[in-house]
Amino acid sequence: MRIPLPVKAVLSIIVCAVLAFVYIPLFIVVINSFNSSQSLGWPPKSFTFEWWIRAFNDSGALSALGTSLLVAACATVIALILGTLASLALDRFEFFGREGVNLLIVLPIALPGIITGIALNNAFTTMLGWKLGLLTVITAHATFCIVTIYNNVFARMRRLSGNLRDAAMDLGADAFTTFRLVTFPQLRSALLAGGLLAFGLSFDEIIVTQFTAGTGVQTLPIWIFDNMFRPNQAPIVNVIATFLVIVSIIPIMLANRIGGKAATGAA
Amino acid sequence: MSQSSNTDSRIQPPPRTTGRRLSSFFGSHKRLSLTVLLAAPLAWLILIYIIALLLLLVTAFWSTDSFTGQVVQDWTLSNFQAVFAEALYRAVTVRTLLIAVSVTVIDVLIALPVGYFMSKVAGPRLRGALVVAFLMPLWAAYLVKAYAWRTIVSPHGLLDSIGVSPGLGVIATIITMSYIWLPYVVMPVYAGFERIPDSLIEAAGDLGAKGWKTFTAVIIPLVWPSVIAGSIFSFSLTLGDYIAVQIVGGSQQLLGTLIYANVGTGGNMPLAAATAFIPIAVILIYLTAVRRTGALKNL
Repeated sequence: MRIPLPVKAVLSIIVCAVLAFVYIPLFIVVINSFNSSQSLGWPPKSFTFEWWIRAFNDSGALSALGTSLLVAACATVIALILGTLASLALDRFEFFGREGVNLLIVLPIALPGIITGIALNNAFTTMLGWKLGLLTVITAHATFCIVTIYNNVFARMRRLSGNLRDAAMDLGADAFTTFRLVTFPQLRSALLAGGLLAFGLSFDEIIVTQFTAGTGVQTLPIWIFDNMFRPNQAPIVNVIATFLVIVSIIPIMLANRIGGKAATGAA
Repeated sequence: MSQSSNTDSRIQPPPRTTGRRLSSFFGSHKRLSLTVLLAAPLAWLILIYIIALLLLLVTAFWSTDSFTGQVVQDWTLSNFQAVFAEALYRAVTVRTLLIAVSVTVIDVLIALPVGYFMSKVAGPRLRGALVVAFLMPLWAAYLVKAYAWRTIVSPHGLLDSIGVSPGLGVIATIITMSYIWLPYVVMPVYAGFERIPDSLIEAAGDLGAKGWKTFTAVIIPLVWPSVIAGSIFSFSLTLGDYIAVQIVGGSQQLLGTLIYANVGTGGNMPLAAATAFIPIAVILIYLTAVRRTGALKNL
């Protein structure tokens, strides 16, 4: 396909401008993580490593990071199981209420986080009498993560024909062997892309977390929220953000390599 | 599966393992296998989420004892009356919708050329790099990004130092939210462009469509469901936000702020629940309107 040169040029300029728009604020975060002034004003005063050293010795931040990883991992695993089951059902069967099930899966992410937050908070505490804690956060996060897995896997199934599956079963494999040796390898990169997105959604989620975590559980976004406005801690928050952006390259690159085009989050 | 061995004595039928017995059983009982597959996800979503939403709806019809602060379970419409009658709620609803629409339009206008460039102009290497470049900001914490914008737009900030700062307020809120939700819109739109086969675009050219005509008559309709899918993200995320607006919005209030204030400092869950029905209604209307485009499958 040929695209005229002027169109290409204009598009390139737009993309560069958008990249600048995306990266200038992040750049400021990086610079402020080395800024010796605590007020995060502009321009920065002088260079220091102090915040980086303090961040890696901050037990509150480190334990919050651990909590976030745990919550995101558990929520992703639950979402992987439930999302895959739902997509297998909706791909293989036509049934009454199929559209409704689709809407049901989409709803937790389509409704604003504060709605999910207060609805679950109200149900957990007033109606069920549960104590808010790690379990309620994981439950809430898993609920809105199901959709990312479901959509990735469902889109992948649409593009696969059932022929390989039928062939495996004709050759004597039972349904479970077929899933393990044929279907699962075909879905692997879709599961990875969906799982990565689910992990990211849970890892950065603050609104639903605020309503379902209670006082005992501190995820990283909650820790950031509590520390952002303290003069001593604000630069450390910048260090953590910088660190997360740099570390995030690893899973994104990994997904890109394994899944190719499909692993971009939306398959 | 195993009947074929009747005609050939040399091939033994496969042993009847439990796995085979189960799969031939489920193979002949379609409804049952559908039930088994759907049971866990449906139970989770209905028992946890839908019941919670319905309970929220019920709570909106209850009231709070002004003396003890406890929820009183007698039926009343007073919460809805408060929400619909008060000028504050109306003003905040209009402002929230205006911001949500602006954010969504800005993000879609950015995502269209970027997504098109990534999928149809860039080579494989550049495309991979751009995907990484647009996904990476997702991992910089939401709060940190909002705060970075605060340092940019606040008095004595970066933009102020060159004299073009909008200051803290509605404009800053729109910019910040467009910024934070951008990856959620760019990714589905890019994936949508990626799914359009080049052959269709070439066919349009062969049939005499000029570049712009191909874009409006072939490409846009095909990528539209993905655009809608992205817009659901930016629209709903803006509609419920109460944190970014506290950081960059000055004293502006959004629906999220009101709900948060009602349930938090106000301790009035029934009123918060009634307020929550404004965004729920808006989103449900939006979802119903766009359902036919197939956007829900592109999130």
